[in-house]
Amino acid sequence: MTSLAPATSNTPELSSGEATHGSSHAEQDHGAHSDARLFGLATFLVADGMTFAGFFAAYLTFKAVNPLPEGSNYQLELLLPSLNTLLLVISSFTFHRAGRGLLRGDGPSCRRWLLITAALGLAFLGGQMVEYFHLPFGLTDNLFASTFYALTGFHGLHVTLGVICILIVWWQTRSGGRIEATSPFGLEAAELYWHFVDGIWLVLFGILYLL
Amino acid sequence: MTVASPSDLQPPAPNNQGPSGQGQSLGLQPEGWLRYLSFSLDHKVIGLQYLICAFLFYFLGGALAGVIRTELASPISDFVSRETYNEVLTLHGTVMIFLWIVPVVNGAFGNYLIPFYVGARDMAFPRLNAVAFWLIPPAGILLISSYFIKGGAAQSGWTAYPPLSITTPALGQVIWILSVLLLGGSSIFGGINFIATILKLRRPGLQLMQLPMYCWAMLGTSILVVLSTPVLAGTLILLSFDIIAHTGFFNPALGGNVVVYQHLFWFYSHPAVYIMVLPAFGLVSEILPVHARKPLFGYTTMVYSILAIVVLGLVVWAHHMFTSGTPPWMRLFFTIATSFIAVPTGIKFFNWLATLWGGKIALNSAMLFACAFIVNFVFGGITGVALAQVPFDIHVHDTYFVVGHFHYIVYGGTVFVIFSSVYHWYPKFTGRMLNEDLGRLHFLLTFVGFNLCFAPQHWLGLNGMPRRVAEYDPAFTTWNQVSSVGALLMAISTLPFLINVVVSAFNGKPAGANPWNALTPEWLTSSPPPVENWIGEAPLVTHPYGYGTPADRIDLGNATGEQIWGDSRR
Repeated sequence: MTSLAPATSNTPELSSGEATHGSSHAEQDHGAHSDARLFGLATFLVADGMTFAGFFAAYLTFKAVNPLPEGSNYQLELLLPSLNTLLLVISSFTFHRAGRGLLRGDGPSCRRWLLITAALGLAFLGGQMVEYFHLPFGLTDNLFASTFYALTGFHGLHVTLGVICILIVWWQTRSGGRIEATSPFGLEAAELYWHFVDGIWLVLFGILYLL
Repeated sequence: MTVASPSDLQPPAPNNQGPSGQGQSLGLQPEGWLRYLSFSLDHKVIGLQYLICAFLFYFLGGALAGVIRTELASPISDFVSRETYNEVLTLHGTVMIFLWIVPVVNGAFGNYLIPFYVGARDMAFPRLNAVAFWLIPPAGILLISSYFIKGGAAQSGWTAYPPLSITTPALGQVIWILSVLLLGGSSIFGGINFIATILKLRRPGLQLMQLPMYCWAMLGTSILVVLSTPVLAGTLILLSFDIIAHTGFFNPALGGNVVVYQHLFWFYSHPAVYIMVLPAFGLVSEILPVHARKPLFGYTTMVYSILAIVVLGLVVWAHHMFTSGTPPWMRLFFTIATSFIAVPTGIKFFNWLATLWGGKIALNSAMLFACAFIVNFVFGGITGVALAQVPFDIHVHDTYFVVGHFHYIVYGGTVFVIFSSVYHWYPKFTGRMLNEDLGRLHFLLTFVGFNLCFAPQHWLGLNGMPRRVAEYDPAFTTWNQVSSVGALLMAISTLPFLINVVVSAFNGKPAGANPWNALTPEWLTSSPPPVENWIGEAPLVTHPYGYGTPADRIDLGNATGEQIWGDSRR
């Protein structure tokens, strides 16, 4: 907080300054906007992750302090969920390949990997369905059953949404679509979300099936 | 490099092609007052939409409070039925928290001021912003409509504790859950937007530690919103499963656990108190320096206090549950953590006092409400520290002592700041001044009415009057009647306020760009501001509280930007 510049020196600067500053500012705004979008999505995923964290905390507390009644059946089959886990982990890598394809300018490769990722996601959902139909307990049988369905169901909802996003991205990467090597935001956003859903599953699998 | 001229402070000429990206995208928006009913993307329009919408719900919530105080004016249940009383107190709490205070201090002032403060022309995500606002009216209407359905509205209070919320009429409770989920979603979208705007949209050259304090308050608040609101959403989804699908998450009869609900609920709802009060801290930090003509005292400590409150605010929730079979180690931890919050809060309190100390104080309506906030809030803060102590808390848990404490924080604290902010920023919103005489009358009635209404509730609580019950021991009658008279005064106090804001919008004295000679960026443009906030480049304000310094001695009406912000050139 020191000197005040002489007021007279502004006036000539201004008339020339305003026009250039104006246009550069508009560009700045746009630049800032596209930057902020991935950041905003990441913030949203933190929030979404907190929903899961709440569910996990509830599940672990129930497990610790609420013993199930005698004779409750809560055995889980491990083979199918393990396969499902593998599918989801692989799908994260295939999505990454799609992103690399786009940035390289190799549209067909990008779109092929996107379809493979969507197929893996659908396979995961199919596996989940098969598991649901073969489980020996229903939603309201006991506390474990309710928590199991709530957690896996909420995650399944996220996978479903993810598959829809992948298909939208696939549509937008057609030639003339909105997503290109120079404007990859849609794909990057879907990829970030997909990795998030994948990561949540790993935690969920560990807590629900292995613990 | 900052260049601005006196013409920056003028309203735009009709066909002025402002250098704004957003300005053009708003071309199809309706003009005039119809903008406020449209899906506008302008942060200033959205801010005022939040403000007006929330004030409508405030009057509704106030009417509900009137029903409660009328019922409690006599010890027997005579004014409304007991079930209706339960519905009314549930609606009062829900409306006041989720539809009034949270939207006003976050949505209304946040949307209006934050883009100015960071030197941006809009929020980071204007469309998401509009969506966040437009979630609120349907949620509010949904909530109110539940009163008229068969079985009535939810009756389990704003906390919706099971098993009460599972055993009372189901439909009203499910609608309540749906409504709170919508409002929570709105709040999360808003929080994401504020974080992205403050961290990513700052004008080049503006450092974080140069931001006006309200930005820091909103950053802290939004972090709390993003971290804690989703947990409430998840919890309420589980609760709705219990009600609709008859699962047993929180139903002891089916092997569930009610205490888990309480933990999850308070993991949101204690931070929610800071979501309601931190923005008020920020707003009052903007108002006090302007009307005391002194720099905000202890800027850096203010910032770290906010961050400390954010961190501590996330780990104190179980102090609401000392009577819920909480184990001793947990009680100890949460007592200590809660007491610690008094430290950063006390730092802020003394900083405000030091800001006033030796200042050239103008005791206008804005300042009166802001100073009363300090008085009320310190009282609410002291009872808060008392409630953190387990032995005392067990004595007064679920009594009117808690009700009194809570209202000293949210009404004496936040609502006083909201009124102060309306008096302070109304000239910016409308271009016209509010009437000071009516403002002072409003203040007098509110201050007397508020203290008359809520101070006696501490004595009632200490003597064991339970909250949330329509009837009470006749021994409590006198203080309850005093409290009801206070409530009546508060109801009357809104009349001069309403007359003032409506009449002044048409007949108020023209305010000019900067009636308070303030230095924060929203005053360095016309009132109301143009769509793009400033004609020309956004000013770089690196000393938002430079009162009493060379910058303050300039005649702001005729100054050049160079004179005001020249010291920031590097």
